[in-house]
Order: sequence, then structure tokens, then C-alpha cells
Amino acid sequence: MKKVKVATVWLDGCSGCHMSLLDMDAAIISLARKIDLVYGPLVDAQEFPEDVDVTLVEGAVSSQDDLNKIQKIRQRTHVLISLGDCAVTGNVPAMRNSIPVQKLLQRIYVDGAQEGKIVPCDRVPTLLKQARPLREFVKVDLCLPGCPPPSKAIFTVINDLLDGKKPDANRKVKFG
Amino acid sequence: MKRITIEPVSRIEGHAKITIQLDDQGHVAGTEFHVTQVRGFEKFTEGHPFYEMPGITARICGICPISHLLAASKACDAIMAVRIPPAAKKLRELAHFAQIVQSHTLSFFYLSAPDFLLGMDSDPASRNVLGVIAQNPELARDGIELRKFGLQIIEGLAQERVHPAWIVPGGVASPLAGATRDRILSELPAAKAIADRTIRFFKGALDNYKEEIEFFGSAPTMYAGLVDRKGNLQLYDGGLRFRSAAGEVVEDHIPAEEYAQWIGEASLRESYLKAPFFKPQGFPAGVYRVGPLGRLNAADQCGTPDADVEFREFHQRFGAVAHSAFLYHYARLVEIVYALERIEMLLADPQILETHVRATAGVNALEGVGMIEAPRGTLIHHYKVNEEGAITWVNLIVATGHNNLAIGRSVQQVSEHFIDGTRLTEGMLNRVSAVVRAYDPCLSCSTHASGLLAMTIRLLDSDGKLLDELATD
Repeated sequence: MKKVKVATVWLDGCSGCHMSLLDMDAAIISLARKIDLVYGPLVDAQEFPEDVDVTLVEGAVSSQDDLNKIQKIRQRTHVLISLGDCAVTGNVPAMRNSIPVQKLLQRIYVDGAQEGKIVPCDRVPTLLKQARPLREFVKVDLCLPGCPPPSKAIFTVINDLLDGKKPDANRKVKFG
Repeated sequence: MKRITIEPVSRIEGHAKITIQLDDQGHVAGTEFHVTQVRGFEKFTEGHPFYEMPGITARICGICPISHLLAASKACDAIMAVRIPPAAKKLRELAHFAQIVQSHTLSFFYLSAPDFLLGMDSDPASRNVLGVIAQNPELARDGIELRKFGLQIIEGLAQERVHPAWIVPGGVASPLAGATRDRILSELPAAKAIADRTIRFFKGALDNYKEEIEFFGSAPTMYAGLVDRKGNLQLYDGGLRFRSAAGEVVEDHIPAEEYAQWIGEASLRESYLKAPFFKPQGFPAGVYRVGPLGRLNAADQCGTPDADVEFREFHQRFGAVAHSAFLYHYARLVEIVYALERIEMLLADPQILETHVRATAGVNALEGVGMIEAPRGTLIHHYKVNEEGAITWVNLIVATGHNNLAIGRSVQQVSEHFIDGTRLTEGMLNRVSAVVRAYDPCLSCSTHASGLLAMTIRLLDSDGKLLDELATD
């Protein structure tokens, strides 16, 4: 049987959603027989590949790099899932949204340093004005809220998709 | 002049890239380690009530949220000027040791084992945890079970594995149930057996990594970590010790509230991660390392029987001060042994079941500092509040930050030794990534990160023209 191509992506989040994904514990062993993990924080893939069946995206869109990535990912993915509250609503990364970016950077790198006192500018990505949820930039097929979403909810959704069923994300939904 | 970019560095907790400059002969002329995202917790928390800080700052990191919950709650304890109930301190420590076990296990089994087991030069398409499951299912299962053991303790205490709202200013939210204690104790022998098997496996494999041990960030630095009055390793309390590269104790028992006298922070043009330095030696001379290797170098002993056997063997093999960053992996396994022993000791103490677990108070001090040893090293939360308890100023120094300068130097050393710009291979560049991996950097913690694992290697000339591209397919 052809394995289903799954990718996971981590934008502006804390990796807690990825930890919740791993919290399926030993079930990952049986899942490994059905899927190829083609991209994500746990594997050494290079570019985001073409023709990915399912991509789970953790985190808000916060920098120009995030934005470029999510647009490319959308083009190359059949089912795109917003994984967790940061991807779904902006959540904690969006707490910076009322503060102008320059003021934020000034506080951290100039006022908050004893040496250097310079805002990083060499080969680091530019921050967007605000950290925003995925659906404001690309079409999202399914939202899985929670901070993080329960491991069981993630596992159920993946399994439903593997079985060719339309996932009912409301079954194990959790807010916050 | 040519430039190689490794972007992103794979199998780390966060998003980073590396730039390597080559001269015309293809030799490494310079390297840069970039951390590529910033979130601004130090600014956007201003105005929030201080007691929200544990819950907000836990969202810095989903891998070690307990670390931020603890450091934040300790800073809040100081603002409330309370001494937390004895059972609360023990329960916080229990959650912390459980987190050390799960976090070190993630680093070793899920992120770095693919390099040890499958090889630094193996096929990158399967050089990952699924590859380990296929190649060595027993070891993979050990990793899954040990991580689960740590997380189930946290779940048993706090009802959630990630971001529990259980560690709070003044103590913890609820006591430990006797049945939960008994369940953890019943699972402990299996966890200890895994730790023992793994450290024996790793020690047996060390001879295969002589070159990595010699050239992976082996330049001497200072080390820092928390110790108690007897010089025992401490992870929750204790004072900060700095030990020199030659082995002398330079500063000892620095209390949390005095950290700023000794640690300064420098901003770097090329990274969103600031670089802390040891103030008496200035920047950038005051480089020091923290984390498992830093702690085993800073402490005189662990203070538990099994871990001390491992501690002595570690130093017999690699010297009183062990400098190779590759040995972070080894030190991490020693600390798993230590954490399991401490879990057993805590659970054997009847006081752990006491039901008075939280002290309450309002704002009694306008400033508070919390300092702990997170899995990756010393973590400092420093808050100032107004009389209503609203946050007015925050400084966070996270574990990976302390190692920033040292990681940069290690990248340089590994690049100089392993990279031949005239015949670039993926394996050469994987070694550059692997030295970063050895530090187990949590770039999620240090700024936040976007942790993509793809690896594109592009060789550019000084005008940015693409000369060569290497696909890790």
C-alpha cells in the first residue's frame, strides 16, 4: 500500500503542539507503518516536497519567512490543518500585536542589552507588523484548537484521514 | 570568497541557520550561527498581573513548560515574599525531575539518536526517529517509554502533559494523591532499567566517535550551574557557580537576585538570540557553557549513589573538566540516572503527600527573581511590578542563550575540521548541524523559533551567486 505523505510545520509557536503529537507515545510505531513523514522538525528533509497529502501547521504567521513558507506549503498540500490555538487564532504570539515592531525590538536588543545594543539585521528574517492566524493568509481545511490540542484529538484526525473519512474535529475539541 | 548556508539546522528544537564563509582555496574563513525568530515576551507581558506570568511564559516552550512555570513561580514567590509549604517545594521538584527525564529523552532518542545509530553520513531521508524505529525498534521503544514515564508523572500531578496550570505562585495547585505516588513507584524500576541500558549502550559506542569528541566544540570555556552548599548538583534551588576552564571555582553560591552583577547580555547583528557573558571578563571573552555538560563540570558530585558512579566515570574518562560538546549527550544520560534517583527519594518521603501545598499573599516586594536549572541550563526570570501587582519590566535569560557564544565557536571549529569546500558532502554539513544538536538548543525558549527541519545547502560566491547546491534527498 502506498504510504500517505504527512508533513508537520512549526511557525510562531512553542512546539507544544508537536509535543502533543508525540504524546501518542507508542502509537507512533503503528502509525509509522502507514505514513511517510516527509517534512517537519523531526526529520532531515530538505525543501518542502510537492504533493503532500496532509500538513499539520503549528504556530502563527509572524515573520516574512513564515509567510513565504505557508504560501508554498499551501500550494503543495492537499489537506492543510491549523494545529493548535496559535495557528487557529494567533493566541500567545499575537500578544505582541498592539506594540509597534520597532519598539519591541528596541526594548529587547537595545534597552535590554549591556553590550552590542543593536537590533539584529544581518541575515535574520523581518518580523511582520502582527502575528496572525493561518487562515488570514491561506485556505485552511481543518482547525484543531487547543493549547495544545489533546494528543487523542490529533491522533483521531490523522487516523480518520488515513481511513478516508472526513474528520469530526469536534469530538475531542478543547479550548485553551 | 564563497558562502555556504545551512538552513534550517535540522532536528533541533527551533529554527536556526548557519552561514559558512570559504576562502578561495575552499577553506573555512568564518562562520555565523543565526537564530531566526523573536517573540517579545519581555515586552508584551508589561501591564499583566504578575500571577499570570507562569501561564503566559509557559507558552515560551512546549518542550519544557515546567521550567518556565517554575522560574516564573519562584519570581512570583519573591514578589509575594512567601516561603512555600515544604510539600509544595517537593512537588515542584518532582515535576521538574520528571521534566528532565522527558526532555533529555526527547533530545537523545528522538533528535540525536538518528546520528549515532544510523550514522552521520547515512541517508538523510531516513535519518530520523522513524528510521530509528525501523532500524532499532528496541531502542526506539525504550525512548518512547522513558519519555512517557516522565510525562505521565507530570500528567498525574497536573492533569496535563503540556502547559499544565498546576505550578502557581505560592506553591502548587493540588496535592499528590497516594495512588498516583504508588503508580509512579511501580513504574520506576522499568524506567531505571531503560536509563541503565541506554547509558551502557552509549558508553560502549563512544569509541566510534573519537573524532567527534576531539573536534566537536572542544575549545575550553568556563562552565556554570546551580550547586548546593556542599557542591552537589542542584536543579531547583541552590546558588550559581562558575568554574574556570582549568577547574577552579571562580564564583560560588550566587543567589538568584544577584545574577545581574555577574551576567551581562550582548546583542548580535546576525542573530535574534542575545549572547550572555560573564561580566568580570567582558564581552566576548566571558564565554561560558551551561546545561548538562556545564552542570557536571560545575558541580563536585551529583549527590545520589548511582549518578555519582556515572559522574566519577565520566570525569575519569574525560578529565576533571570535560570540554567536548559531544559529551553533552553523555552528561544528559548521567542526569537521567540522577533524576530517576531523585524521583524515587522524593516519593519515599511521607511529606510529599501533605495537603497544604500553597501559600497565599499579595504584593509584598516590587521585584522578584526566579532561577532554576532547566533541562538545557540555567533559567532566570526577573520581574518588576507596581503596587497593584502589574508587571512593569521583565528580563528573561534562558538556558540556550548562555550557550550562544559557545555554540557559535563550536560551529566554527567543526566547520574548520570537517568541511572541505572543494568537495562538499551532506555528511560534512550534517556534522555542523550535529554539533548544534549536541547542545540540544531550545531556540523555542531562547526567542521562539520556527523549527523546520529541511536542510538546503547552497554554495554562494561573495556576490550571492549560486555556485553549487546540495540536495539532501
